[in-house]
Formats: sequence, C-alpha cells, structure tokens
Amino acid sequence: MHFVVCIKQVPDSAQIRVHPVTNTIMRQGVPTIINPHDLAALEEALKLCDTYGGEVTVVTMGPKMAEDALRKALTFGAHRAVLLTDRHFAGSDTLATSFALAQAIAEIGDTFATPDVVFTGKQTIDGDTAQVGPGIAKRLDLQQLTYVAKILSIDAASREITVERRAEGGSQILRTRLPCLVTMLDGADAIRRGRLDDALRAARTKVVKWSAADAGIAEPANCGLRGSPTVVKRVFAPTSREQKARQIDTTNKPLCEIAGDLIAAIFADQPALKHDLGFLGSTGQQGAPDVDRES
Amino acid sequence: MSTENREACSPPSGRAAMEKELPKQFQDYRNVWVFIELEHGQVHPVSIELLGEGRKLADKLGVHLAGVVIGPPGGQGTANAIADAFAYGADLSYLVESPLLAHYRNEPFTKALTDLVLANKPEILLLGATTLGRDLAGSVATTLKTGLTADCTELNVDSDGSLAATRPTFGGSLLCTIYTLKCRPQMATVRPSVMAMPQRVNNPTGSIIRHELKMREEEIATKVLAFFSDGDSNTANLAYADVVVAGGLGLGAVQNLQLLKDLARTIGGDFGCSRPLVQKGWMPVDRQIGQTGNTIRPKLYIAAGISGAVQHRVGVEGADLIVAINTDPNAPIFDFAHLGVVADAISFLPALTEVFTKRLERRNFEKFAQ
Repeated sequence: MHFVVCIKQVPDSAQIRVHPVTNTIMRQGVPTIINPHDLAALEEALKLCDTYGGEVTVVTMGPKMAEDALRKALTFGAHRAVLLTDRHFAGSDTLATSFALAQAIAEIGDTFATPDVVFTGKQTIDGDTAQVGPGIAKRLDLQQLTYVAKILSIDAASREITVERRAEGGSQILRTRLPCLVTMLDGADAIRRGRLDDALRAARTKVVKWSAADAGIAEPANCGLRGSPTVVKRVFAPTSREQKARQIDTTNKPLCEIAGDLIAAIFADQPALKHDLGFLGSTGQQGAPDVDRES
Repeated sequence: MSTENREACSPPSGRAAMEKELPKQFQDYRNVWVFIELEHGQVHPVSIELLGEGRKLADKLGVHLAGVVIGPPGGQGTANAIADAFAYGADLSYLVESPLLAHYRNEPFTKALTDLVLANKPEILLLGATTLGRDLAGSVATTLKTGLTADCTELNVDSDGSLAATRPTFGGSLLCTIYTLKCRPQMATVRPSVMAMPQRVNNPTGSIIRHELKMREEEIATKVLAFFSDGDSNTANLAYADVVVAGGLGLGAVQNLQLLKDLARTIGGDFGCSRPLVQKGWMPVDRQIGQTGNTIRPKLYIAAGISGAVQHRVGVEGADLIVAINTDPNAPIFDFAHLGVVADAISFLPALTEVFTKRLERRNFEKFAQ
C-alpha cells in the first residue's frame, strides 16, 4: 500500500502577534510547526503501514524552509518526502493549492508508486478552510472521505476501504473504493516518537525537491496568485469594544455576596434571563425571548 | 477561498487593485442562492441564518433569493426545507429529489448542486460551514473552478456588485475581506450561529423549480453502511445553547471541571472550554469554544479562568451577555466581556452555584406556596 500524506508548515498560531499599527503579522521569532491536524493524518498513515504494510510519502508545498517540516515527518517514520517549491506557487489560494498538490501527487504516482490513500488533516490552523483536501480529491477523481474519525478496515483484495465519518448529528459508516482521499480528524493517538532506525533512515533520506515543471505543471498560470480565483482585498484588525467589562466590586466581601451582586447585575442587564433560567415565579414578569432561536 | 498558503496576507495586492471585469461567460449569472441543509429530515439552523444574510444580499443587488433543497423524495424533509426557505425570505426554490440522496454522500450531492448551478447560473452561493457544507462546498467549487471563502463572519456587496466576504485569519488575530473576481458563482460558507436568526415572513410563497439528478446508483462508489445518531448522547450542541459556561487554564486541575458542570446544571446551561483544555485532553474537541471550535451565540456566557485570546473572542462575541471571571484584572477577556469579576474561578464558581441554587429553591418554594 502507498499512503501519501499532505502536510503544511504553519506558524505556531499560539505565538502569533499582530503589529498594533501596521496590522501585519509579526513573524520574527515565531516558530513554525507541522500543522497539528496533519500529524493526526500522518499517524493514521503510519498505523495503516504497520497493519497492511507499505510506504508513507509526505508531500508539502511551500518555501524552501518547509523542508524542515518534511525532515521532521521522516523522523516520525515516513519513508519518502517531496517538497514542491517554486516561486510560481506564491500567493496560492485553496483552489490553486489543490491544483499544485494534485499535480504533485499524480507525479508521485508516476515516479514512485500509485497512491492508495491520500491523507490530509481536517484543516490547517492558519487558514482553517478545510478546502484543500476536497479540492485534491476532485482534481484526481479520488473518492472523498472527509472528517474521518476512524479507518475501520482496508480490503486490499477487493480494493475497498471502510471508515467512520463524523457527520452532522452522528457518525456515518462509509465504504468506498480505493484510491481515496481521507481528511482525518484528530485521533486518540498522538504522533509517535520515531524509533532510532527511523531517525537514522531520515538522516540518510534526501528530500525530493520539485519545481512546478518537475511536478508536470506545464502551465504556471494555473498556479499561485494567477491561478487563484479569490483575492484578498483588505486586511484589518477586529474593532475592539469601546467599553471594558464592568467590574463587580470584590473588595473585602465574602464570595457569596460577590456572587449575589453578579447575579443581580446579570439580571439587571438581561431581564429576560430571569425567565430563561427559571428564576421567575408565576407572579413575575415574563421576559420575552429576544430572538426566535430554533435549536 | 482564503488564505491557505497565502503568505502575504497584507494590504491590497496588485491583482486586487486590477480591474474586475467579469469574463463574458459569467456575465449573465444572477441571483443569490442558499443551500438548505437537511439533517435527517430537519433543516439545519445555519441554513435559516444564511437565508437572512442571503435576503440582505439579494435586496442590495436587486435580485432574487433562492433556497436550494437536495434530498430524498417522499419524506417530510424536503417539504419542510422548502417551506422554511419561503418562510425566511426566499423568492423561489430549486428542488432535486432522488432516492440516491437519502443520506449525504459527496458524489451525488456534488453532481446535483453543480448541475443546478450550471443550468441556472447564480452569482452567489452560500452554504453552512458544517461537516456536510464544507465537504460539499469544496467539491463544488473545485468542479466549477471558482472561488470559495470559508467561515465568513460578514457578507456584503460592494458598489460594483461583487461579494465582499470577510473572515478571520491567523486564528482571529486579523480579518480579511476576500473577493472572487473573475469566476461565478462567488461561493462562501458561514459557521453555525455566526449570523443572527432572521424573522419569519408572513404568508410566504414562491415557485418551486424541480431538477432531476442525472445519476444512477451504480455510478456512486461510496455506500453508507450505517448511521449512528448522536441522539440524546452527551455530545455537545454548544452553537445553539442559550446558556454556556466555559472554563480555561485558570481552573487549574482536571477535577475542577466539575465546578463548571455544577454551575451549568444549576442554571440549565451547557458547558465548554477554551482551546488549551482540549489540547490537554481535559475535554473533547466538540466542547471547544473559539475560532477553531464552536462559535456560540448564547443569551448568557460565563467564562471562568479563560484569559480571552483572540481566537476565543471570535467564537463568543455574538453572546448577548458575557461574564468573565479571572484572577488577572488585565486579562484580555475583560476587554470584550460585559461583566467582570476579578476572582479565582476555583473558589468563586462554587459560591456562584450556591447562590444560584438558593435563589432557585426560594423561587420554587414561593411558586409552590402560591
């Protein structure tokens, strides 16, 4: 079996700061990490390798420094790494990204082995769109399995895969044919610490570096900014509320009195809550719900 | 689409400043469409919220609003969906009914929606950013090679009629407004509870346009073997809870989550947490509140021991009343909360629960005595 895992190097969003005047992201000193959701996908691919045998190829599109993310993935146990890097890719939106990655995955299939399952994480932590996975599936005509919580089985003989998919209001058990694309939910298992021989092999493994042309992209107009139907027109900081929170006085008061003051303030601000929370007796005034909220 | 890989999320790029002349084949694309999501026969509330937004966009553009209903024939589901579409502002509805659409599967739904778009040419197509909506939107946008902006928090049309879709980026630290310039339809998804629920329209009516699904079961590779409903299980539905109590790192230890649950139970609310607690494994991800978790719009939100990072703020700003409890008087949460208590959540939560309980008991006693 050949499992291809798409990963992305992202800034560690917990450490991102915005410049207060220019509204630009201050990247200096912000460490990059592998998108955490992609690690769930990588771990699942490695587990499938343990069970069914085969290889894991990790692929990323990004600047040259994204090689670090691929190297890291190799130490976890991936067998091969492909870096798709070209100035033509700069400014890609999700449609252009899925085009470039789909081309690269097709090329991986031609050069090494045809993928049986292509994985992505459920979304990235910097873009949060969850659109690149479905885009790749559509472009490569792979069966699309999003929000997969668990891969239940793969039948190599009949070329079928059965998964549990998180759906609205429940879980679906889906069976489809290979090859397919799986966007993986974060599982119970954290990414493994690679074994010593993984680390040794990673050190010997060269990251394959492809330009757009190497990945079989003849027409760079489909890539990057030019291949992106969407345009970011304006970037701005969220407006802050003018008023800060009204503080309940806590000086020299027992906690129960503070709690009483808080409850009084809550009901003063939102009288309807008295009714909603069941604090209104039959003599009380019925607070009308302010919106028709169908739950 | 969005900022995926868009490294330079900075002031207007060269292309955005370019002329927005729409290629000829897209110039007759008109009207605003909302995909009405059916979840086992029930209309997902996010679709109603989108009808409210869609109505505003259609009015600004002077065009029609259409509800798009895709589902199995016979049952009440599609009929309810059409009734809701009209009740919340649609002028017309498109309906694709087929037994192949009984459960959500990507292939037939993508085929149904893509064919509808190609035949009827909407300029704007909105979907809920649910697991279904995101799965479908990504496929449809890729098939049509058009732009898709995920998780919008604001939708507007600018002076030349383009959709201006605003979404948070970098975990909510910044907002960006995204346009789809040279393709149609302009697609966008919006997460549940981000937009307000619109008012019902009186005496709603409109025309229903039926389309056939040109597909056979043998052409669909994916089969649904089973569906396990969450039903009454304790899976969270925070997006639509009226009262939410949430905890953050200030709770200190995993056993203190009980303090949160006690308060939630007392006041009939649901409970959740900020992202760090999910990362610690203290609570499942479906209880996470914030940009990457649930967006909530409760009448009352109580945040205990949550510092209030931007990514959390984005998810709770729609609450009618935000109460923050934090030991640090300078915590960012006090910048967007309405009421604040500078106190240790671990000791204050039990006091709050106790006072609420006493008042409820007293109220019940009075009721009983009358």
